[in-house]
Amino acid sequence: MFRKNILAAAVATVFVVPASAFAADDAEIKKIREEIETIKDGYETRIRQLEQRLERAEQGAGAARPAALAQSAPASANAFNPAISLILGGQFNNLQRDPQTYQIGGFIPGSDEVGPGRRSFNLGESELDVSANIDPYFSGFFVLAITPQNEASVEEGYVQNTGYIPGVTVKFGRFFSGFGYVNEVHAHAWDFVDLPLVHQAFFGGQLQEEGMQARWLAPTPVFLEFGLETGRGANFPGSERSKNGVNSGMIFAHVGDDVGISNSYRFGASYRVTHAQDRPYDDLDSLGNPVTNTFTGDSKMWGVDFVWKWAPNGNTVDRNFKFQAEYLRRKEDGDLVFDTAGANLSDGYRSSQSGWYMQGTYQFMARWRMGLRYEELDGGDTDIGLVNSGAVTAANFPRLAQNDPKRTTAMIDFSPSEFSRFRLQFARDEARFNEADNQVFLQYIMSLGTHGAHKF
Amino acid sequence: MNRWLTMAGAAGLSLACSPVFAAVNVFACLPEWASLATELGGDKVSVYQASNALQDPHRIEARPSLVARMRSADLAICTGAELEIGWLPVLLQTAGNQKVQPGKPGFIAAAELVDRLEIPTRLDRAEGDIHPAGNPHIQLDPHNVAKVAAVVTQRLQQLDPANAAYYDTRGKDFQGRWQQAIGRWEKEAAPLKGLRIVPYHKNTVYLSHWLGMSEVMYIEPKPGIPPSAGHLSELVVRLQAEPADAVIRTAYQDPKAAAWLSEKTKIPVVELPYTVGGTPAARDLFGLFDDTIARLNKVKK
Repeated sequence: MFRKNILAAAVATVFVVPASAFAADDAEIKKIREEIETIKDGYETRIRQLEQRLERAEQGAGAARPAALAQSAPASANAFNPAISLILGGQFNNLQRDPQTYQIGGFIPGSDEVGPGRRSFNLGESELDVSANIDPYFSGFFVLAITPQNEASVEEGYVQNTGYIPGVTVKFGRFFSGFGYVNEVHAHAWDFVDLPLVHQAFFGGQLQEEGMQARWLAPTPVFLEFGLETGRGANFPGSERSKNGVNSGMIFAHVGDDVGISNSYRFGASYRVTHAQDRPYDDLDSLGNPVTNTFTGDSKMWGVDFVWKWAPNGNTVDRNFKFQAEYLRRKEDGDLVFDTAGANLSDGYRSSQSGWYMQGTYQFMARWRMGLRYEELDGGDTDIGLVNSGAVTAANFPRLAQNDPKRTTAMIDFSPSEFSRFRLQFARDEARFNEADNQVFLQYIMSLGTHGAHKF
Repeated sequence: MNRWLTMAGAAGLSLACSPVFAAVNVFACLPEWASLATELGGDKVSVYQASNALQDPHRIEARPSLVARMRSADLAICTGAELEIGWLPVLLQTAGNQKVQPGKPGFIAAAELVDRLEIPTRLDRAEGDIHPAGNPHIQLDPHNVAKVAAVVTQRLQQLDPANAAYYDTRGKDFQGRWQQAIGRWEKEAAPLKGLRIVPYHKNTVYLSHWLGMSEVMYIEPKPGIPPSAGHLSELVVRLQAEPADAVIRTAYQDPKAAAWLSEKTKIPVVELPYTVGGTPAARDLFGLFDDTIARLNKVKK
């Protein structure tokens, strides 16, 4: 402030003194005026500059430092720290029926993870994400999931190169398969607490692949992408095999674009083939005794997926809408062994089953969204050789009885910030045989650390 | 036969004329950089603008169309400093384009070229969505734009040496007009010095710093956190105790909170374009500053 006053005084002096030169003629006065103007301008500029410097100095002393200082911070080993984020999640479940009895009736079960989870408070999966560029050629991604049962599993761990061949992105390691749309999305970014029934039925959850994937993006203004994926195929509907080579193959294609400023979409199609060797599942025979059956054969799956997003003028902050739908069909063809530990009878098995879901989520005001999902599975035609030949009665395959599961889900969620979210979800789940289960979930999802970027 | 020839010819012509065949394909993350690239590249560049002034630059969807355009880009001009962290990494990781990866001549992070303000001394998400590299909304200080322009010209010359002289001429012409305009704006904006403003988000910091305005409080309680009713009433009380001259809302922000605050406190709302296209008059970078200053000067009268 003191400096400002001195400057003001200086300006005043400069301004006042020449003005008293009354004896000058017109030309001289004009010249003097011009000079004064120049001086005035010069001082004003300097005052402004000084003020700006002062302000900057004040800021430097306060909350912010000039960039130059921060940029000269010494480089150290941990300056190469990868991006790390941790997802904390959990839920409170209120389930009408005992989750121990949960099954997707009519479908060979894929894994224990199928179903709504346990009752009461549950710690969800804690997920640790680490990613960084490895060198000029590769970047690495690692996702460690720790289950509430204290088991750690590598959910994804892959290395990626993009653009070594123009338009081609290659990744290898373990990753979520690119089949369809939602399979690649991490749990914390789902719009509902759980995966669609069709994914639970056909993949036993989220399909993980250990292998490699290549995508080629066409050099067109419209998004047009083709992909190949191959790998170990050890996860359901495939199985672990001691075999060289690969056990799964997949092709997929995506097309997408904007429609005006406010709308955009992506459409995809996928086809995947894998082979199961002695893939077991538990059932009860007609007397109620536990038996283990196995399937050996080919499992072929195709699917189409569609996502449409809308936001007024493309600004998603206040309001936006997302529509998402997928249809999947799976054909299995091979042999089914009944009661491997006992009767051990084998004959042909063929099934053709399908399922679909569609869902809409609408953000009606900043931070608040609501969503609806409806889904159906078609148990389709299952052809069990042992039953056809009369060797074993159909009552010995209760899990494979004809059933067309359905589920309707509604949710509302609130996100205090981009890093936290609370969700309330109701579902009427008719996956069991002739029994509906009303489910209520209260969920939280929080992310610490690096701000994640989300795919379309 | 003739018909086929005509059609083939037409197809060939339309291919030859399509912007894909311009010398340099520019992917501009934000409207201000699209406008700058057009100023500097003229008809030797084809500019794709990935977002518009009505969209919050932090929250753009990584849409398929953006991935497709990034795929064919020779030069990507973005702000950086984590402004686009929610979407740009996805584009860069999935577009299969090595030319525009950070560190390559085909990638410009504008914020790295200027002195950034508000570099936090305490990195804590409890402070909201803050950016470790400082405030990224750098385009509202025209001196920053001049610095970015110099680098854009240099990169265009590097990527398209055949037209280097052309870019040089255009660059010098732009810098000349720009410096002249800065002089004019500084004169026009002289009355704004000391203006006390209440912006919605910390996205006018560079403008305030340049023109000597003071941002006395913000409608958002923390960066990226929308205001609650409680916070707004608190602002009313604080503004009654120490009044401000204007409540500032930029084009992409929800008008409701600013309008409510203005109604309660009788402090006028000034809607600023924030970037090119934010108001009808902000047609290009020159229009952006002309209109910004004109709109602010209205409250001073």
